[in-house]
Amino acid sequence: MDWNFLSETFLKLIGAIPLTLELGALAMVLGTMLATCLALMRLSGIRPLDGLARLYIFVFRGTPLLVQIFLIYYGLGQFPAIRHSFLWSFLREPYWCAILALTLNTGAYVAEIIRGGLMAVPNGQIEAARACGMSPLLMFRRIVMPLAIRQALPAYGNEVIAIVKATSLASIITLMEVTGVAATVIAETYRTVEVFVVAGAIYLAINFLLTRLIMLAEYWLTPYLRQPPAPLLVSAKGEA
Amino acid sequence: MNEPGFLDIISFGPTGWGQALLAGALMTLAVAVTGFAVGGVIGVFVAWAKISGGRVLRVLADGYTTILRGIPELLVIYLFYFGGSALVTAIGKYFGAEGFIGLPGFLAGSLAVGVTSGAFHTEVFRGAFRAVSKGELEAAVACGMSPWLRFRRIIAPLTLRHALPGLGNVWQVVLKESALVSVTGVVELLRQAQIGSGSTGLPFDFFLIAGALYLAISTFSGFVLRIGERRLSRGVRRG
Repeated sequence: MDWNFLSETFLKLIGAIPLTLELGALAMVLGTMLATCLALMRLSGIRPLDGLARLYIFVFRGTPLLVQIFLIYYGLGQFPAIRHSFLWSFLREPYWCAILALTLNTGAYVAEIIRGGLMAVPNGQIEAARACGMSPLLMFRRIVMPLAIRQALPAYGNEVIAIVKATSLASIITLMEVTGVAATVIAETYRTVEVFVVAGAIYLAINFLLTRLIMLAEYWLTPYLRQPPAPLLVSAKGEA
Repeated sequence: MNEPGFLDIISFGPTGWGQALLAGALMTLAVAVTGFAVGGVIGVFVAWAKISGGRVLRVLADGYTTILRGIPELLVIYLFYFGGSALVTAIGKYFGAEGFIGLPGFLAGSLAVGVTSGAFHTEVFRGAFRAVSKGELEAAVACGMSPWLRFRRIIAPLTLRHALPGLGNVWQVVLKESALVSVTGVVELLRQAQIGSGSTGLPFDFFLIAGALYLAISTFSGFVLRIGERRLSRGVRRG
């Protein structure tokens, strides 16, 4: 083991972590907004809206993310109308193309997670809320949304991990995030295994932290599922 | 410059790209099927290690699934492609070969896809095995079946029945992952589309066609899977 090389690589890759996190976080936030709209479209009961959302989800979940990235990054430049519009100042940047592709992609996956969460809300709860005379908005805020979030959180956590992993594809359109820098170091030094170990450890650490955060949120949101605290031995002795 | 139209691209004539794209789609299928098969074999063994292995085996198996599910597939492909080539070159040097020997992209790519999908296979098999009722296993033991016969006649078919929906999901993931193998230069569907867009200057058309072909493959395999599920679940009552 060449510790010098490992630490050198580690320092190089650490500099790329912010970009990885930035891509992931932006895609996650924007994608979740998009997903909420899609899930509501699917549950709206309005045929054309439902069909449109269904088609969107089918297409974006059925094609590889890399194809979507290429379609946006290389493909859109083919049209003069886009090249001459104000959009071009965004779409010629690989950064915005990567975020757009990741957002559109994750939106399709998260939409189904949100829909599942909303559909899992027991009917009795909704009837009870109606019987209490809640307005639809109040019912959504107090009953439906809290229950749906608890239901959807584990699956959402998986999607967060998937997005962090997916940001690595941004390196293919020249963005220097962790995988991009790792590939450069490999090309310069031919020391694949060492670089792989360091880059892999970084991704593992990020994903480990994220899963812990999600577990914490789950714990925090479900106080009714926790084990009751065990009675203290001292007090038990005292009572006996 | 005389730009080809959309129909010219998908046509099969001497100027069309239909044949090349179809060959690319077949290569995509070949990479995905090989990767899926490799992953399946790995998955069976690692699931076995997790279910009935000793302490060391279990820790190793847990490490494998945790690591491979936590790092990007692209990194694994780089590891196999560049790392594999370095290894082959070193072995070649030992036997007196000169210079750099590259590992074929197909081999490196499908191995990498297989090793990543193996982690997902493992979890699918493990979950499916847990769904097999204990009574069936006890009955098999009571009949005096040897462990191998028990595996072949009872465990494998019943596990497969429960695993099939999960395996379908893994297959869809593998199919999409196979697009990443294009970075190793294997001329599969996405790489072929890149080549086509480079020589015609029509990236949008080519990537759109590639996307449509991926969609067609995944839709078709979803259809086949539903038939398979029905076949393997004969004799199961559904409420």
